[in-house]
Amino acid sequence: MRALEPWVVEPLQTFLAESSARLILLMTTAGQVVAQHGFARSFEVMTAAALGSAIVASTEELARLMGAPRFGAVVHGGSQQSCLLAAFGTPRGRWIGLVVFGPETSVGLVQLFFDQMVEELVGAAPREPAPAPMLAENFERELNASLKELFGR
Amino acid sequence: MSPANTALERVTQVPGVRGSLLISGTDGLVVAERLMDGIDGRAIAALAGSLIQRLGRATAGAGLRIPTFVHLRGSSGSVLAAPGQNDLVLVALVSLDANLGLARLEMLDAVGRLN
Repeated sequence: MRALEPWVVEPLQTFLAESSARLILLMTTAGQVVAQHGFARSFEVMTAAALGSAIVASTEELARLMGAPRFGAVVHGGSQQSCLLAAFGTPRGRWIGLVVFGPETSVGLVQLFFDQMVEELVGAAPREPAPAPMLAENFERELNASLKELFGR
Repeated sequence: MSPANTALERVTQVPGVRGSLLISGTDGLVVAERLMDGIDGRAIAALAGSLIQRLGRATAGAGLRIPTFVHLRGSSGSVLAAPGQNDLVLVALVSLDANLGLARLEMLDAVGRLN
């Protein structure tokens, strides 16, 4: 488990233990990674974050076009691996959770414990304002620092 | 009324039954439900589906067939589950004073009619 914000670790660990999910990635709607578990390489994390945030943006736009409220979650079901993608509000802004799980658990269990994790995250989030947006000249340095934190190297 | 709702209505008419659901066993999702207020059908579907799946694996590992009826007894009531075909599972929540024998008969008959 690697997290940029220490207060997300406990809710994530509880979720992983209860749901038996294989991988989880927490990110902002801009695709900035907040925490991850199970990914081996930084390249995979950055790709998954970019794709995940793009899918959520697409589905939210689709919902807007249909005049519907936001979709709760997107689930891609597979025979060996499935993926749940859901956006949720926190005091730190709107975040996205990407969960990969196998046949050892079920989409119902993953959704149930994901919702509980969201409640715990919202309750645990510090109320002070989020850090200011990164300046363009600091972007690469901040990105490298985040990757180092997430992968310990 | 759909066959699923007919099955749920029959089960919930048994004295002591607080609610019933038809769930997808593999996904742990609610297909149809008839529950008293305050009972979270989504949580029951997820947990009961997981229970049935694991029991199925355990019995298969022991060389036995999938259970036809499951009774999980708690301190304030019980969860009853009857797996059917097409991955459907009929689940009922019953209080301690429920007529378990009648609930079992109704559930097995109802799930058989769904097949």
